Amino acid sequence: MPRLEKSKTGKETIWTILLTFFKVGAFTFGGGYAILPVIQQEVVEKHKWVSQTTFSDILIITQGMPGQLALNSAIQIGVRLRGTAGGIAAAVGVTAPSVIILLIIAAWLYPLIHDNIYFQAAFYGIRPAVVALIAYAAIKMGRDILDDRNSIILSIALLVIAIITQLHPILILVSGGLIGLLLSRRNNDSD
Amino acid sequence: MTVIELLLTLYFSFLKVGLFTIGGGYAMIPLMEAEVITVNQWLSPAEFLDVIAIAEMTPGPVSINAATFIGYKLAGVAGSLVASLGVITPSLVLLLLLSRILFRLIQKPGTEKILKGLRSAMIALILLASYSLGLTAVIDLPSALIFAVILIASLLYQISPIYYIGIGALMGLLLFPY
Repeated sequence: MPRLEKSKTGKETIWTILLTFFKVGAFTFGGGYAILPVIQQEVVEKHKWVSQTTFSDILIITQGMPGQLALNSAIQIGVRLRGTAGGIAAAVGVTAPSVIILLIIAAWLYPLIHDNIYFQAAFYGIRPAVVALIAYAAIKMGRDILDDRNSIILSIALLVIAIITQLHPILILVSGGLIGLLLSRRNNDSD
Repeated sequence: MTVIELLLTLYFSFLKVGLFTIGGGYAMIPLMEAEVITVNQWLSPAEFLDVIAIAEMTPGPVSINAATFIGYKLAGVAGSLVASLGVITPSLVLLLLLSRILFRLIQKPGTEKILKGLRSAMIALILLASYSLGLTAVIDLPSALIFAVILIASLLYQISPIYYIGIGALMGLLLFPY
């Protein structure tokens, strides 16, 4: 377990942790990268639960492990404050608004407006916009990560394999990870 | 398929999405697309895009929002709870039970190489997902125009994706072949 941070205000009950992350989940739009700055503001600046350095360490672990960015950082902060119970409180807090809001939309709002012609017209425009955002995400990731010849070749090779074989994405990801490891071993040998 | 079987399939499908989404953001798109469209045929590609748009327009993490919506559509309130629990299970298990091993692993030099390989693969998968989903979204000249405008704009201006979805909706209202 990570070291528990010393309490700075002495007020972080399980309830405060849950409410703080509930607020983050309920009022932050646009997914992980939009939520992280809000979490930072809440836990570093406002509540002073963790230092800026600790928060940076949390982000490194968050980005190197599976799962949602906001959820992973929330759980780590909860654990540092109140152990396992704190981690669960943070996870419940950040997830609950999503579940409540999306249940209301799926059960009530969506069936109500789905057949409306203006709703259909709006989504006729929203669909290509979302596809553009997904394409943009791939381009941006490519610019950030593909900075050497090996990773460019690996990425293109896996793209071709994925198109031809229609393998499940998990198999493509696992192959990428294994090849990445093998390439680094070979580079180390030749050094 | 009984209700219990459906709930179990939902749980493990979204658990796979949570477990292999590495680095957040749109990394979950190819995984969710494979599970929801290809493997289980729960949604059409157009419906899937609608869900992603709704998940992006509502507060909170996008994949938890999408899981809740899809879970509800398939199996009501129980489905929505099971699907969102599936997405968050890997994070909870790794950070609450295996955190000591995880912290040690992340500091190992080999891990960085594995992550780089995983991310190179992820780029290929996200690009492929934008192509396969694009086939059902970019269907005529106006929708191709909307795609081009939003892609170019997002390359030039880094603002919240919600604004781009809003612009897409406005253009859709104007250009839709009523």
